[in-house]
Amino acid sequence: MNEQELFDLELKLLVDAIYQRYHYDFRNYAVSSLRRRMQQAMQRYDCPRLSDLQHRLLHEPELFTQAMQFFTVQVSEMFRDPSYFLALRQHAVPVLKTYPSIKVWVAGCSTGEEVWSLAILLHEEGLLDRSIIYATDINPAALAAAESGTYGIDRIASFSRNYLQAGGQRSLSDYYVTGYDGAAFDRSLRRNVVFADHSLATDTVFSEVHLVSCRNVLIYFNRPLQDRAVGLFREALVHRGFLGLGSKESLQFGEHGNAFEITAREQRLYRKAA
Amino acid sequence: MDAGLRPQLLVIGASAGGVSALQRALAALPAALACPVLVVLHVPRDRPSRIAELLDPTTALQVREAEDKQPLETGTVTFAPPDYHMLVEDRGTLALSLDEPVLFSRPAIDPLFESAAAVFGEGVLAILLTGASSDGSEGVAAVRQAGGLAWLQCPDDAEASMMPASALQRAGADAVLTLDEICECLKELR
Repeated sequence: MNEQELFDLELKLLVDAIYQRYHYDFRNYAVSSLRRRMQQAMQRYDCPRLSDLQHRLLHEPELFTQAMQFFTVQVSEMFRDPSYFLALRQHAVPVLKTYPSIKVWVAGCSTGEEVWSLAILLHEEGLLDRSIIYATDINPAALAAAESGTYGIDRIASFSRNYLQAGGQRSLSDYYVTGYDGAAFDRSLRRNVVFADHSLATDTVFSEVHLVSCRNVLIYFNRPLQDRAVGLFREALVHRGFLGLGSKESLQFGEHGNAFEITAREQRLYRKAA
Repeated sequence: MDAGLRPQLLVIGASAGGVSALQRALAALPAALACPVLVVLHVPRDRPSRIAELLDPTTALQVREAEDKQPLETGTVTFAPPDYHMLVEDRGTLALSLDEPVLFSRPAIDPLFESAAAVFGEGVLAILLTGASSDGSEGVAAVRQAGGLAWLQCPDDAEASMMPASALQRAGADAVLTLDEICECLKELR
């Protein structure tokens, strides 16, 4: 067995161990990026071998909590890929308006940038009051950050630029106040947001929804887990419900491709087929 | 040299000066090349790249931009999209990631080369062209350590010498070639 095969064996043992110890299931995460992140974690925690890291993670729960950031990637910004939000306004909002109450699922919401973006969009379209947004993630620290809705001042300029390109009708500054901690978004926007722990790898569908937004989450899954996740979205969505993915994610290589039709190709907005 | 070499995967990295170097290198690839070709060119993160459409008419292979979990296919040249790393997931599949930029670049060359080495081992041929960055050095080291081959553009011949020079110093090379020589060798690939 060469070094690479040994590392991959250790990696398999590590994710199995974490599943048994903490019930977080990374067993079907895309291995190519997981390898890199585990190498970074080994450096960060000064572990010469992955099995050394496994030893520490099993015996130090607080270290595992801290190390979650190496298993799940927290990259997001408000109104990321502005044309996606334009497509939502153009294609999804007119349909959502026909429902007496609207449910939206932001799956893998990370630190919440997309949740707050969608809340603003729905507010500007006059829909927020009759909407519920389910914002789910497996990482408690990320969920807590999402719920606080506070972001570094240094990020606000790009958020504002995105907001305007995304068809924003006002100024982003109408929605936050700045303080010592950064820009805190208006609490009233989250009146109808439910933040919850949910795993696309191990949990089931919890509600019927009209729109699922799950962007740059599936890229961290291997194909079988992608199929599982998209299967959940398919099950959760109402007849003709919408599904939005990240700009380089696609349904065409998975098993549910035929269950959806393309609404906006470049913006990766899909609709459940009739 | 290396006449009739048959890699299982060809990976190429380029940065500053890379568009014209890639145009020449990709044009040299034979239509019957029996392995997939994956390319990372450093591109700005905040706007779409037109490199695939630009180079598609200039080579015998189909040039495209990667999508997540796209199958690896012979007869194609696949570019990493702006703002994503492109990695080899398994022998038949690509993966994209939004992991941290490497030396300020996303896409970066190291993640591609390292993941290629992890999956294809000695079946990898890696080529590192011009660039003003030291991205690619770790990747070349990984490829060579796994038994694959690495060709570097001769720093004196490169429009920007830092990238191949840095890799040469960090990891050595199986060949250091001018762009002309690289093109001649690429024509001989099977």
